[in-house]
Amino acid sequence: MRAVITVVGQDKPGIIAAVSVLLAERSVNILDISQTIMQGFFTMITLVDLAGLNAPLPDLRTELDQLGKRIDVEITLQHEDVYTSMHRV
Amino acid sequence: MIFTRLEIEQTLRMFREQNLDIRTITMGINLLDCADSDPMRLNERIYEKIVRSAAGLVETADEIGVELGVPIINKRISVTPVALVGGAAGAAADGAVRIAQTLERAATETGVDFLGGFSALVHKGVTPADIALIRAIPEGLAETTRVCASANVASSKSGINMDAVLLLAEAIKSAAARTSATGGSACSRLVVFANAPEDNPFMAGAFHGTGEPDVVVHVGVSGPGVVQSAVAEMAGGPAPLDAIAETVKRTAFRITRIGQLVLDRAAERLGVPAGIVDLSLAPTPAVGDSVARILEEMGLEIAGAPGSTAALALLNNAVKKGGMMASSHVGGLSGSFLPVSEDEGMAAAAEKGALTLEKLEAMTAICSVGLDMVALPGDTTVETIAGIMADEMAIGVMNHKTTAVRLIPVPGGTAGQWVEFGGLLGRAPIMPVSPYASAGFVRRGGIIPAPVTSYRN
Repeated sequence: MRAVITVVGQDKPGIIAAVSVLLAERSVNILDISQTIMQGFFTMITLVDLAGLNAPLPDLRTELDQLGKRIDVEITLQHEDVYTSMHRV
Repeated sequence: MIFTRLEIEQTLRMFREQNLDIRTITMGINLLDCADSDPMRLNERIYEKIVRSAAGLVETADEIGVELGVPIINKRISVTPVALVGGAAGAAADGAVRIAQTLERAATETGVDFLGGFSALVHKGVTPADIALIRAIPEGLAETTRVCASANVASSKSGINMDAVLLLAEAIKSAAARTSATGGSACSRLVVFANAPEDNPFMAGAFHGTGEPDVVVHVGVSGPGVVQSAVAEMAGGPAPLDAIAETVKRTAFRITRIGQLVLDRAAERLGVPAGIVDLSLAPTPAVGDSVARILEEMGLEIAGAPGSTAALALLNNAVKKGGMMASSHVGGLSGSFLPVSEDEGMAAAAEKGALTLEKLEAMTAICSVGLDMVALPGDTTVETIAGIMADEMAIGVMNHKTTAVRLIPVPGGTAGQWVEFGGLLGRAPIMPVSPYASAGFVRRGGIIPAPVTSYRN
């Protein structure tokens, strides 16, 4: 399955690095990535492929939550189909 | 990126800030094949069928929630109206209470928060089994916490069964008395309908109709917060009402698409047919999850102000138009919910006196559930409750739509006093009731005939 991961929080060095390291450890392939800063707020949007995921999905969610708390950003992961359903007729 | 940044941010905000969720995945289960003349075997078969059919319901729903990243709040079960099943074992009220206890055990075992279908369909007449069930409702609800009861007492095809109206008004008073320590809370699990839908996923009025498959799964969405935010973005600007309707329609489309996505997955994983998506905007007592606040965003000072019925008509219509394009199987109630205690904006308007029982009744000509979660003074008589109920049924019958009442005559409560029902049931001020009597009318009994517009054959 493919999913959209978003990371939102106060801008600081190392956010993309921290998130991509975790994804690499879990064998999650990044297909597309974009990042912007708006009014000091960091927003990263990533499209990933979870086909090779080497842990159960709930575990990945927990690890993303924990990472988010550690570096003080909010990380969400939603199935690609959520976006397709909502935005494509 | 295959999605634009705007699209991704919009979706993210809906879930993170605007309380978007799937309110319920409800499994409908047919119990007709559990009928048995032996009460013990009847109860065993009911328990067994429910537990077998819904064994994977909660786990599967949670799995889908984790996979999609979409909160799925409640998992529920609706069953065939128990009066249709229980009659085979004789028609005694204590027999029906025992079935309520069996349903409670099955609900606990499967892990669902509510199980609906302790119900009777009595819009044209009552069978001995129907009477037994209705008499058992107060005890059946007081003895359980997850069982939900309902009755259909009127339909556009057959009119209003005023004998049943009176029976149900008595059941409401008695259910309140049996749970006086908690403000008459048992009444929050008792809905009296006109034109009850057979595929409704929302509690407390859900039951599994006789035209449904053996087992089926339905989804009810939420999303008042999302619609409110979308309208708020237009507030203060020059947007005319048709532009607001267009925004509501687009928003409802997006919300309902998520419902359809979850329904498809749930049906596939559970190996049962996909039923319907109920596109109702279901509010909760949480701030930012209120239907009343949507009306206020449109420009009304407060819900209940003149213009409220018109604003609700705009909202309800636009929600349906957006939702119908988003799902191929729209069903259930699919309108606007206007519960008083479950919607903080409605409760606040009731406290101010902006929203009276009479104005609310007018608004229910547009919405889908009628007088919902309305707290009444404890000294409201059975006849007055029957009168309020009959009025609400008349609105449904004459307009060919579902209406209902979920009234709570709070034991010892007086108008203006706040009552807490807890959790999703929320809190509300007791609304004043007209002091004038209806007894002479409702005590006549009989049937109020169906409207001429029903005779279409």
